Amino acid sequence: MFAYYLELAWRSLRRNKSLTALMIFAVALGIGACMTTLTVVHVLSGDPLPGRGDRVYRVLLDAEPMDSYRKDGNPLDQVTWVDGMNLLRDGKADRQALMTGGNVAVTPPDASLDPFYIGARYSTSDIFSLFGIHFIYGGAWTAKDDASRARVAVITRRLNDKVFGGANSVGRNLRVSDADLRVIGVIDDWDPQPHFHDLDMNTYGDSERLYLPLGTSRDLGLGHSGSTNCYGNGRSSEKELETQSCTWLQYWVELDTAAKRDAYHEYLVNYSRAQHDHGRFERPPNVRLFDVMSWLDYKRVVPGDVKIQAWLAIGFLIVCLVNTVGLMLAKFLRRSGEVGVRRALGATRGEILTQLLTEAGMIGLAGGIGGLVLAILGLWLVRMQPHEYAKLAHLDFTMFLATFALAIASTVVAGLLPALRACRVAPALQLKTQ
Amino acid sequence: MPMDILPILASLRRHKVTAILLILEIALTCAIVCNAVFLIGLRLDRIHTPSGVADNELIMVRMSNIGGRSDVRARTLEDLAALRGIPGVRSAAILAQTPFGYSGTTSSIKLSSDQKLPTISYVSTYFGEGVVNAFGLELVQGRDFSADEYHWLQDLNLGLPGSSPRSVIVTEAVAKRLFPDGNALGKDVYIYDEPSRVIGIVRHLVTSQEWVPGQEDYSMILPMRVSPDAGMGGTYVMRTSPDQRDRVLDAAVAKLKGLDPRRVLTQKSTLEKQRATFFSADRATAGWLIATCAALLVVTALGIVGLGSFWVAQRRRQIGVRRALGARRVDILRYFQTENFLLATFGIVLGMGMAYGISLFLVLQYELPRLPAHYLPMGAVLLWLLGQGAVLSPALRAASVPPVVATRG
Repeated sequence: MFAYYLELAWRSLRRNKSLTALMIFAVALGIGACMTTLTVVHVLSGDPLPGRGDRVYRVLLDAEPMDSYRKDGNPLDQVTWVDGMNLLRDGKADRQALMTGGNVAVTPPDASLDPFYIGARYSTSDIFSLFGIHFIYGGAWTAKDDASRARVAVITRRLNDKVFGGANSVGRNLRVSDADLRVIGVIDDWDPQPHFHDLDMNTYGDSERLYLPLGTSRDLGLGHSGSTNCYGNGRSSEKELETQSCTWLQYWVELDTAAKRDAYHEYLVNYSRAQHDHGRFERPPNVRLFDVMSWLDYKRVVPGDVKIQAWLAIGFLIVCLVNTVGLMLAKFLRRSGEVGVRRALGATRGEILTQLLTEAGMIGLAGGIGGLVLAILGLWLVRMQPHEYAKLAHLDFTMFLATFALAIASTVVAGLLPALRACRVAPALQLKTQ
Repeated sequence: MPMDILPILASLRRHKVTAILLILEIALTCAIVCNAVFLIGLRLDRIHTPSGVADNELIMVRMSNIGGRSDVRARTLEDLAALRGIPGVRSAAILAQTPFGYSGTTSSIKLSSDQKLPTISYVSTYFGEGVVNAFGLELVQGRDFSADEYHWLQDLNLGLPGSSPRSVIVTEAVAKRLFPDGNALGKDVYIYDEPSRVIGIVRHLVTSQEWVPGQEDYSMILPMRVSPDAGMGGTYVMRTSPDQRDRVLDAAVAKLKGLDPRRVLTQKSTLEKQRATFFSADRATAGWLIATCAALLVVTALGIVGLGSFWVAQRRRQIGVRRALGARRVDILRYFQTENFLLATFGIVLGMGMAYGISLFLVLQYELPRLPAHYLPMGAVLLWLLGQGAVLSPALRAASVPPVVATRG
């Protein structure tokens, strides 16, 4: 039966080629625009830490002075060295890491290669287990290495390929700035999109390639990059950042259960209160614990522009569909005679409806194919752009299926009203007027 | 006397659903296009933000040392002297931040030392010797810094006594925000603990990082010498003529490498390129909005053509009868044109309401400015013209229906 409907639909579509082409064109344009922008939104708002994102939290404390205090204000995004170290010492979370980023000069052991600058992450030892980073060779440094400011480094696969030709480089030396660091581990490239852990580095694109203990970075005088926010008498001099009222470090913790989360929140409030009693904090306790996705939401990571473009594309699709509804209505109503004959010959309303919706579905399928081509073209254009996220704009399998689902579902819905009206035809009356 | 509209309305009532769909399509198009055109305008305004600097004459080179150095200051001055010696270089300076460079320092400005909340919280702060000349800024009041006013930035960061800047050059926007009624020139402001006197005012100087709308000119210059010490970094900025930029860039890199090979080139660009990169997202968004608007208008026009053709085909008999009863071709043409005008008008009225709704959504959700009222009549005219243009071909086909059709079955 369905094959018969398909044949009828095919004939009907061929009878009025320009109109069919117009409907398919409109659906394809709408679907193409929608899928291009929705794919960009989908890629940009993905979970950068799948499986762990709801257990990993960013910690904010309010250490600013009373001068600029506003009720309901938000604390600064980063913490000071003193607070970071205090929280780390207490170690109340399942895992915790204090970190910042910087750019360092690497001189390859192979003298034929020029020195180059790369992004580095200075952190305490838990960073790898906290973020679930996978080691290819060796392993992480320990809390003891943090304390002794050991001259060690963990590098990514990409850097290992570049400097050591991809061999197991554990135990070898890497010249970073003025110092020799011993490689103790090689990790798989870790480029979470977006770079939730430090949004002051580039938000999307390549992440850091070299990891070393935070204390070691201070010993070697490696400058940090990202933002430094000083208040009161704080001075942003790199050499004395440990003692200044400046926030420049990110603090991340892992809390495995909701109960632990609440307990940690309580602990942070108590910590703030204690610091207030000491005279270090002036404001009432104001702490935040964001899991990864709410942190990205709080920081409004997905550019507003991208979302507006997606809304515009959805609006465009709606116009295209209204257009298709109108054209299909005109078309189906014109076929009242044919419908009347089929009804008189015994076809039920349901059968007529199915047949007309099959026709709408075929337009949707053709529109979906056209839309897919346009979306691939659109995403290719997006990748031509110089944004840091441009390279990520690829159609994945989910979005591929979504394209067809959206195209067919929307045209069938669009065909529903015209089809319902067309099959309301009273056969006797229709035949008589002919 | 134009066509009486009552018969048209009566006829439309027989095609209620189709007519409503067409009205809806026109309304949505009108609403979306009004808002999109407004957003395009905002993007274009942003892309054309005046920087205050000689955009097409500036080139930048950034070198990073490998490891610490002891004689950074002397070397920096040596570098600058060498760069000034390159033929075609009109001025050279080393700065801690550059316009549209994304990164940089901001400071707050107070009018007295005991003021609690600053008068301006974020002012982009340019450090470097000879910034006014190097950038080609227009000094509208006062003077440039004199040589004895400069201190080393690193000393200020270390809090060395006497390193605090005692003078400052601000933009007109900052001057006006600080002293709305009076002249800012010669007044003391507080950036650090000690007062700094406003000694000059420049027309424009764009901030080095992203700005809050309306604060693109919130910048100031402090008389601080910059060196590429660890942490701060410094960019060599040279001014030359537009056609010599590429040559001078290569020469500058070669010269700096020659003076000290133990450093890595981390930036080599013209300001024009940096500016283009900074606005690339805006350009892409504007392009996308324009393309979508165009597609929207095309689809709507094709929809009108398609439906119009259907209606004409459906009413061939009726048109033939009217022609046989004495209606002229032009009357038939008018009929379809007036019909489209009516549908477009209904659509536009509905569309204006929707445009306002969409604008409200964007204001609440994305903190965009509200759609100015004058975009609505513009959208209306656009949609009327579109409708008339699109209906012309079906209407002409209708007008060419011969009266004899009335007599055929």
